[in-house]
Amino acid sequence: MTTLPQSTKTKLGLVIDLDTCVGCHACVISCKGWNTENYGAPLSDLDAYGANPEGTFLNRVHSFEVTRDTAPPMVVHFPKSCLHCDNAPCVTVCPTGASYKRVEDGIVLVNEDACIGCGLCAWACPYGAREMDGVEKVMKKCTLCVDRIYNENLPEEDREPACVRTCPAGARHFGDLADPNSPVSQLVAERGGMDLMPEQGTAPVNKYLPPRPRDTLATPDLASLCDPAPKAATGFLGWLDRALERL
Amino acid sequence: MQSQPALDLSPQVSDDVRKTTCYMCACRCGINVHMKDGKVAYIEGNRDHPVNRGVLCAKGSAGIMQHLSPARLRAPLKRVGPRGSGEFVEITWEEALQTATDWLRPLRETAPEKLAFFTGRDQSQSFTGWWAQAFGTPNWAAHGGFCSVNMAAAGIYTMGGSFWEFGQPDWERTKLFLLFGVAEDHDSNPIKMGLGKLKARGARVIGINPIRSGYNAVADDWVGITPGTDGLFILSLVHELLKAGKIDLDYLIRYTNAPYLIDARTGLFLRDAHDTPLVRDRRTRQAMPWDSPSIAPDLAHGVERDGATHLPVFRHLADRYLAPDYAPEAVAEKCGVTPAQIRAIAAEIARVAFEEEITLNRPWTDFRGVRHETMTGRPVAMHAMRGISAHSNGFQTCRALHLLQILIGSIETPGGFRFKPPYPKPPEAHPRPHARHAPGQPLDGPHLGYPLGPEHLLIHEDGTPKRIDKAFSWEAPLSAHGLMHMVISNAHAGDPYEIDTLFLYMANMAWNSSMNTSQVMEMLTDKKEDGNYRIPRIIYADAYSSEMVAFADLILPDTTYLERHDCISLLDRPICEAEALADSIRWPVVEPDRDVRPFQSVLLDLGHRLGLSGMVQEDGSPTYRDYADYITHHERRPGIGPLAGFRGNGEGKGRGAPNPDQITRYIDNGGFWIDHIPEDAQFYKPWNAAYQDWAVARGLYDKPQPYLFNLYLEPLRKFQRAAEGHGPHQPPDHLRTRLTRSMDPLPLWYPPFSEPEADAFPLHALTQRPMAHYHSWGSQNAWLRQIHGHTPLYVSGDIWTEHGFTEGDWATLTSPHGRVTLPVVRMDALNPHTVWTWNAVAKRRGAWALDPKAPEATQSALLNHLIHELLPAKGDGLRWANSDPITGQAAWYDLRVRIEKAPAGQSVSHPDHIPQSSPVPAPAGDLVHQTKT
Amino acid sequence: MHPAPSLILFTVLSGAGFGLLIWLGIGLRAPTGLAAFLLFGMGYALAGAGLLASAFHLGHPERALLAFTQWRSSWLSREAVLATATLATMAPHAASSVFAAVPMPVFGWLGAALALATVFATAMIYTQIRAVPRWHHWSTPPVFVFASLAAGALLVGRTGLAFGLLLALAIAMIAHWVAGDRQFARAGSTMGSATGLGALGQVRLLEPPHSGQNYLLREMVHVIGRKHVYKLRLIALGLGALLPALLLLLPASYVGFGLALLSHLTGLLAQRWLFFAEAEHVVGLYYGKR
Repeated sequence: MTTLPQSTKTKLGLVIDLDTCVGCHACVISCKGWNTENYGAPLSDLDAYGANPEGTFLNRVHSFEVTRDTAPPMVVHFPKSCLHCDNAPCVTVCPTGASYKRVEDGIVLVNEDACIGCGLCAWACPYGAREMDGVEKVMKKCTLCVDRIYNENLPEEDREPACVRTCPAGARHFGDLADPNSPVSQLVAERGGMDLMPEQGTAPVNKYLPPRPRDTLATPDLASLCDPAPKAATGFLGWLDRALERL
Repeated sequence: MQSQPALDLSPQVSDDVRKTTCYMCACRCGINVHMKDGKVAYIEGNRDHPVNRGVLCAKGSAGIMQHLSPARLRAPLKRVGPRGSGEFVEITWEEALQTATDWLRPLRETAPEKLAFFTGRDQSQSFTGWWAQAFGTPNWAAHGGFCSVNMAAAGIYTMGGSFWEFGQPDWERTKLFLLFGVAEDHDSNPIKMGLGKLKARGARVIGINPIRSGYNAVADDWVGITPGTDGLFILSLVHELLKAGKIDLDYLIRYTNAPYLIDARTGLFLRDAHDTPLVRDRRTRQAMPWDSPSIAPDLAHGVERDGATHLPVFRHLADRYLAPDYAPEAVAEKCGVTPAQIRAIAAEIARVAFEEEITLNRPWTDFRGVRHETMTGRPVAMHAMRGISAHSNGFQTCRALHLLQILIGSIETPGGFRFKPPYPKPPEAHPRPHARHAPGQPLDGPHLGYPLGPEHLLIHEDGTPKRIDKAFSWEAPLSAHGLMHMVISNAHAGDPYEIDTLFLYMANMAWNSSMNTSQVMEMLTDKKEDGNYRIPRIIYADAYSSEMVAFADLILPDTTYLERHDCISLLDRPICEAEALADSIRWPVVEPDRDVRPFQSVLLDLGHRLGLSGMVQEDGSPTYRDYADYITHHERRPGIGPLAGFRGNGEGKGRGAPNPDQITRYIDNGGFWIDHIPEDAQFYKPWNAAYQDWAVARGLYDKPQPYLFNLYLEPLRKFQRAAEGHGPHQPPDHLRTRLTRSMDPLPLWYPPFSEPEADAFPLHALTQRPMAHYHSWGSQNAWLRQIHGHTPLYVSGDIWTEHGFTEGDWATLTSPHGRVTLPVVRMDALNPHTVWTWNAVAKRRGAWALDPKAPEATQSALLNHLIHELLPAKGDGLRWANSDPITGQAAWYDLRVRIEKAPAGQSVSHPDHIPQSSPVPAPAGDLVHQTKT
Repeated sequence: MHPAPSLILFTVLSGAGFGLLIWLGIGLRAPTGLAAFLLFGMGYALAGAGLLASAFHLGHPERALLAFTQWRSSWLSREAVLATATLATMAPHAASSVFAAVPMPVFGWLGAALALATVFATAMIYTQIRAVPRWHHWSTPPVFVFASLAAGALLVGRTGLAFGLLLALAIAMIAHWVAGDRQFARAGSTMGSATGLGALGQVRLLEPPHSGQNYLLREMVHVIGRKHVYKLRLIALGLGALLPALLLLLPASYVGFGLALLSHLTGLLAQRWLFFAEAEHVVGLYYGKR
């Protein structure tokens, strides 16, 4: 069922704060741990202890450097997983209907029982969000932990994606981006949340919060801060005497 | 035609959740281990746990792969090939324990100091130290001397605590946070959580670090400082703050020794007949005991006595730091920053501290009995770890950082830095170091401590060190954590004496826990003329097939952290919070499937076999069945044991008789225990009467012990005076100049000892641990090794351009001591004269059950190969230690190098050691881990 | 994109096979008996071999039947449906030609139309991928269609037609390269837009997410030297179109035709290798690679 739904009841997704992400890879590994044990086939690791280890990961953290003309260079850690696009090109290309976007919440999933492992959906995704498992030969991708977020066997506070639950810096937020009043939507509004590669026309649900302006500490106006006394004729000692008197 | 597959949205997550404590690094987070069919299925953070509040880092979540690692040792091993070859046969535990007993018993009976017992990232130091004390050897320590003793010691001496285990920023209230130097590994999750809180409310974070990675990448402002100059930078901030009068005088008068008068003749405090330090009262202009009621202490003026003017500490301090030497213009170039940056940061500190002060309406009473209606906070907090500490000027730099925090009145006030119980604890409240040993006798006291003067050094009459690592000798007087990194070279050289057995636990000394790694491997295999090894016997306990395994004669295989009991004890390296007392346990959530035993239980067994006091009962039976039994029943002082919670009848907090159900209570409580500090006792802890009383009730001390912060550190002056020739304890002459200079009672900066190498070796080389790795463990973890499987050398844009590097090039780094060759990567957000690479990734071929062609062995190198434990010869006939002269901390961030492009065709990193045989079978092929069927 | 041999073979062989069936279907050549058996057989064999080769690309070929279900939205599914429909529709025409020496033009024409649609669908599988700007252009289908028709014309031995189609193919290839070279820039995806950090400054990859390889890099990032590209383009153009066209100008002979066909298919393999190898997926931007 590879036609995209006209609309979905909610748009569940992630808001990733590039101002806060320290690049610790916690989300990468908790995702690996949860998803190797849960939804669908395990995430294998080819040549795990060998010369060329290569595993399946649904979430990876890149590090970019941004050089600027008039300010010091910045480093930005950049976690990336499926953006659960409204206009998901990976879904419509699927020949078998294995790829689909859920009507309820917009989560893009792969029905692994129907996946023939052609890889076309991975080609169609501009973001590199899909990886074919090297052992199981089915397409793996972020499920937004669909088996956690509604899971009645989990305490309510744990019904969020594993990556969000584990993020030590709180750089990952989960919620309904269709609801303008949801905390995630408000965060996006406040902090200028952005789409990745908008020119690709995918209309991603996940948003990225840009780094706040860096290296803006103004050249100080010490005079305005400075207790005038130390500079007076009596010098530091005079100031000290008067300051002690005032205590 | 919308038909979607029916999904089970509520699958069973696990059969059982077992809550224990992580050991993937030293952070000690609470974890929920999900079990399926009796197997570990998934690990997540424990939401209730005080350390991590549910979050968990990459290492923690990858613990499952550590637990299942093919590098796990499987049975006790006896060496059959030459040392270093890695050739072993498996033996029984009985044979292993009998062998160890046969080796150790004669030592204990004749010369206990011939056993050197050093533990690495040991989280049971109060236990291993207790064992070593019972054995009677003075030669025990853990790896703090290699890691961060400068930070710890400077903090204890200055203010009774330091960062990480000692205290934390007030993350909830801080408005300005300054992070100095490489600090990404300790303490990992709490700092990330804290940064997250600051970011959530848009508080400013300033990173002062040569490298803008990790936490510095999220810093709002970045200062790409030159390595080794942090102290100068900090003292320049102090200069600016003093000049602007932006210091908290009230705080300094009440809570520090700023008003103490210094005897102009000795540099020691001016004291009365009762030995009480004196201060000048502003009203009477007389010197009076500092604790006189209703005194108005002066900071500006001294008193005349015996023809000399004795000035207060603060006056000395102001005179020193107001001098033009510390002006931004004077220091900026050396620090690799601009004067404007220094001014801007000083101004921001001043603005936030004094214009955005916090007032909490919480009445409290100080130790003088004065009631305060409010708590005033200076919401500027700081943190630093090894980055500023692992330098030869590290102790004084750490002191400078603490001085800065104290001057603005931010320590133990809202929004500033807060101690975690059992800290604050001044040096006086810590033990002195002990080393008096005798055949068959326990040591005369705890090994490590805080000397208050030369009389506390561990040296013989002739000045020779009592300890094999020369800790607490004139070469490293305040080496509060011992000097593990010196043990092998000293033992090899027989200096100060020869040893018989080197017993190591969890210390990868043949690799990343030593400087000068290649030569250390040679020392371990070196033989005397008679064909015997210079270090005759080596026993090693580890859970994994690390590089060190190949160099031991007897291997005692440990369990993984999910297969054992442990206690994260208040007696040891606690996990408390600023507002709570807390400790925790590990317990076997699974049983080992190999013939391995938890090391601590093995040590108790050995102790019993050797008849060590405290480990054997009168009828000859063991006192403790195993480590769990010790944890439950051992008492350090009456009513005080390894675990503070659920004592006595189960209600005891801190104090109480041993409770046989204690571990069960911990397990039922999620693996930890927490006890919150009353609200009025949560700040001003060193001086807060309510806190002091609470701490006594909890057994942290036996009586209240309020104290003042040491802006002026009198014990340092005592050492300095000795170096000047005063007193009965005299240093060797060649050390006098260095001691006089470095042991200044007020913080100062001097260039790192590697500075003279600058002409030939113009660059700085740093190493930092990836956040996803811990020491050696991460890189044999199937998941983590995919993230950081090699160690490229990051070079600044300037260096990249100057040497004409292009992508795919390799470069050779040469230090005065050695060279490494690695692939290069450009990084612009880097101090222009600095290169760096990842630590904790490189592996020796054949170790850790990895393929000998693994990128950890072929595309990686440790900078340890470039660092010697000694400085290059200076032609004075002496070899000086490459360490801080005060604490002996290894100065590995002093490293200087030059760089050259490697010839085309380089494809394997240097050094490339010959492979060692693996004592465990090498795994092959792909890994598909899933417990579900 | 990774130039997977299975995909290169699939597109070249099945293209030639369907091209042959197109001409046979419309009766451009109406063989009977053994000749019909050989020609139709070759058409079916090439198309079938291509499909088989493509099955090697699948992780789960046993589920391939599912690929017939999503023809409403998926070009890959359409291709499967059309290919099968072609082979089925053409069968009566082929069988009748072989065994009864009587063509069945209705099935032939319908089959030819389906075969053309199949080749177009194959092209559209690539053309639709917006994330590969070089492919996402109107010039992609003509390359596939002209290649298919030209190979078919060579196989049915129609000199004039083949000559014309080879020239058309040459133009299509050149157009695809010329347009393709500008496509990435036209698509507007940069490291700046990929990361959203472009407004802050110059974005550069500092550290990839994992130090080793991964599926995405192997599948979608194939760095190929510029010099290499031009050499291969000349081979593709020369062997794939110009040389066979020249050979067709020589006096007609089986050897000449055979050489022309061989040259064409060899050139086409080079063209297809380049088609993948040159195509840059925007995901490479996240790895600092194109």
